[in-house]
Amino acid sequence: MSLLHILIFAAIALAHGALLKGRGRNWLMLIASVLALYWLQPSTPIRHLDFWLSTASLALTIIVWAATRSQTPNLKLPTPNPNHPTTEPPNHRTTQPPNHPTTPRQRPVAIAEREPPNHPTTLLIIVSLILLIALNRTLAFCCLTPTRPPGVLQVTIALALIAAIAFLVSHFRPNPLILIAVILFLFIALKTDSLAHALSAALRALNGQDASQASPLDIRWLGFSYLAFRLIHVLRERASGKLPDLSLQEFVIYTVFFPAITAGPIDRVERFVKDLRAPFVLSQSSVAEGGWRILWGVFKKFALADTLALVALNEVNAAQVRSAFWMWALLYAYAFRLYFDFSGYTDIALGLARLLGVTLPDNFDRPYLSQNLTAFWNGWHITLAQWFRAHYFNPLTRALRSRQWPPALIIAFTQLSTMILIGLWHGVTWNFVAWGVWHGIGLFIHNRWADSTKPRAALLDNRPLLKRAAAIGGALLTFHFVALGWAWFALPEIGLSLKVLRVLFGR
Amino acid sequence: MNLRALLLKTALLFAVANLLLAAGDPLPALGRLSLYNALFPGRPRLPFGETPDRAYNFSLYQLEAMFAAHEISAPKPADEYRVVLIGDSSVWGTLLRPEDTLAGRINAAALTAADGKRIRAYNLGYPTMSLMKDLLMLDLAAQHQPDMIVWLTTLESFPANKQLASPIVQNNLEPVRRLIEQHRLSFDSNDSAFVVPTFWDRTLIGRRRALADVFRLQLYGVMWAATGIDQDYPATYELRANDLEADDSFHDLKPPHLAESDLAFDMLDAGAAIADGIPILFVNEPIFAADGANSDLRYNFFYPRWAYDDYRALWSERAARNGWRALDLWNLVAPAEFTNSAVHLSAAGEALLAERVGEEILQVASGR
Repeated sequence: MSLLHILIFAAIALAHGALLKGRGRNWLMLIASVLALYWLQPSTPIRHLDFWLSTASLALTIIVWAATRSQTPNLKLPTPNPNHPTTEPPNHRTTQPPNHPTTPRQRPVAIAEREPPNHPTTLLIIVSLILLIALNRTLAFCCLTPTRPPGVLQVTIALALIAAIAFLVSHFRPNPLILIAVILFLFIALKTDSLAHALSAALRALNGQDASQASPLDIRWLGFSYLAFRLIHVLRERASGKLPDLSLQEFVIYTVFFPAITAGPIDRVERFVKDLRAPFVLSQSSVAEGGWRILWGVFKKFALADTLALVALNEVNAAQVRSAFWMWALLYAYAFRLYFDFSGYTDIALGLARLLGVTLPDNFDRPYLSQNLTAFWNGWHITLAQWFRAHYFNPLTRALRSRQWPPALIIAFTQLSTMILIGLWHGVTWNFVAWGVWHGIGLFIHNRWADSTKPRAALLDNRPLLKRAAAIGGALLTFHFVALGWAWFALPEIGLSLKVLRVLFGR
Repeated sequence: MNLRALLLKTALLFAVANLLLAAGDPLPALGRLSLYNALFPGRPRLPFGETPDRAYNFSLYQLEAMFAAHEISAPKPADEYRVVLIGDSSVWGTLLRPEDTLAGRINAAALTAADGKRIRAYNLGYPTMSLMKDLLMLDLAAQHQPDMIVWLTTLESFPANKQLASPIVQNNLEPVRRLIEQHRLSFDSNDSAFVVPTFWDRTLIGRRRALADVFRLQLYGVMWAATGIDQDYPATYELRANDLEADDSFHDLKPPHLAESDLAFDMLDAGAAIADGIPILFVNEPIFAADGANSDLRYNFFYPRWAYDDYRALWSERAARNGWRALDLWNLVAPAEFTNSAVHLSAAGEALLAERVGEEILQVASGR
């Protein structure tokens, strides 16, 4: 998202709030989200692929909605309980008795509570917008796609195909696991260099382009990671019977909500839809809070992060740095650049959403001041960590407990595998695996350490100075553990990361 | 919080900041504030480059910031005999690491003057061919206590149309105008080539690029200090042309002869005047002599033979007339030691040049 995008999105939100006083907000969000999907999509060297990727995002969304929509009367949303979230922070999760269920089951209640379904209108709007964007090929009235879109006939055929698949899915209701498998397959294909390369070559061949020019970077699918997480979340919620009844309009807004499509956060559908259904009037406090958050995010991203990027550790300079001192400087720059970049985008997303009456969950809570690694993961990319807890860590922990695994082994296995999966989410490479192992082992060691020192830790309560020193020491140690972990994350090869680590320690 | 009042105050403060900046010019003062020679080592050559992400260096027009980033801005040691080298990209050292440039090679020779002072050469070359640009650099160099000036030139820097064509000249109207007036140079200080900032150009918005450049130069100091890299070194490059066009023109000049008035020799006079007693050595730098197609007409891409031969004669005549110490080294370096241009030398070529120039510096430094 560039400054121009942010400015236009904020202007639309403010104009809507000021002129329409909140009326038709969901329609506005639907239209803006669909258009933004095409507008924000980066161009690719494969002909028309940018258009098809955005269309594929919408197609996946509609197909998953068709597969998960309720065939019974509307379901009331479960009331979110702030004291009982669906997932627990890591420093709680490993101290529970073995048979304690880690995720409370919530039962949806059948009750009609919202406006009548508007699926046909939503579908009509989406199809019209896609055709309008396709028409841009001949009319060239605007700039919504980075390259010239495909012909209208091709687009119409594709839309008919999508409609047919959605109809079949709606009719036959396949097991949600099949759809999850499809999404995961796509995810793995995009995140694995060799597969992405093969996919690019195939698409190029299909387009009559030179397949020898194929590159894994050809397929840059805007926000696919976040889209995939939201769709899998919905499918899992449907499978567990917790999914509220959602209109197509709400579903599309949830999955491709324009402020959050590029960099999250990954909201829970139950919470998100609650905001959509609440009446909204743009207040002065919303403007102030949202505006401030956007400005702060813009400053973090475009002033701090982009500046630090000039001196942050990367593939090229990692091999050029001549001394430990400067290697540390570049590593620190990378650590803060990453934080300001990501948290800046999150602030912008939260600010824009606030102007539209949606309170997205925060993704960062002063992570670099955390006093231990578990606390760090409660403050870094919070919604991703929560997603993995809800959909992987907690179910796996329950499963292993039921198989009577020793608690320490459960902790080691679940933490290590969760962190490796989080690593792989960034890309299927050995470096991301190493980064995951680094954090998995770190979390396990901290867990064991915290357990063994618990009695002594209580003694610190009577010695405030020592407690303060321990807190500062813990924060420094945690920050440096995380910063050293970025040496795996920032670089493409294990050998290069090892070289950086050697230089950092003067070898 | 009253949103309207907040927005109003913000707008007011922004307007005031813009007006203040338009009223004064804080850039020179800001440019002098530098982390180089303090937190980072000074740069051995002036900032220049088009690929900052790879070179950790880039072109900017703020002369104070450029000099503040250079190692010449560090305090001068008492035992140093300071020699500044002025010239174009061949002195700056295109494709060469700092230690392989002319200055680097002279310093590697560890020359010592008769009074025991260490001879230290400073690379103040800048990659555009214009004597006005050289004069601008020489004028600034003179403020850094040089004991000797070496000014390397080539014919391509002499035509009148080259003098104001350098972007660094065009974007530094005030110091160039001062030089033109002070030394009565044959150029119009109101020439349309100059970038004359409007009121809006002087505001915070108008100067955002220049301000960002000054800041970026400091940031790239981290990368310079960390890597010692200040130039993008391509793995391969295109060699200087050996087969030449059958064209005997030189700029808008035609054979058979060059007149002294065709070339900007008054710039050299002005340089000698700026030196004001500081010994100055003029060097006609080595050029590539092609032996391919049409090499009977031209020496190389830049020069038809008639123009270059005339230039050498005029240059030597001027030097003799003014009593300048001058070295014509046009054919010192073998053709194989030229890289991507008819004036860019390889490391071996620079070593040869450094040996010859170093001998001359040693003589001057020893009072001979």
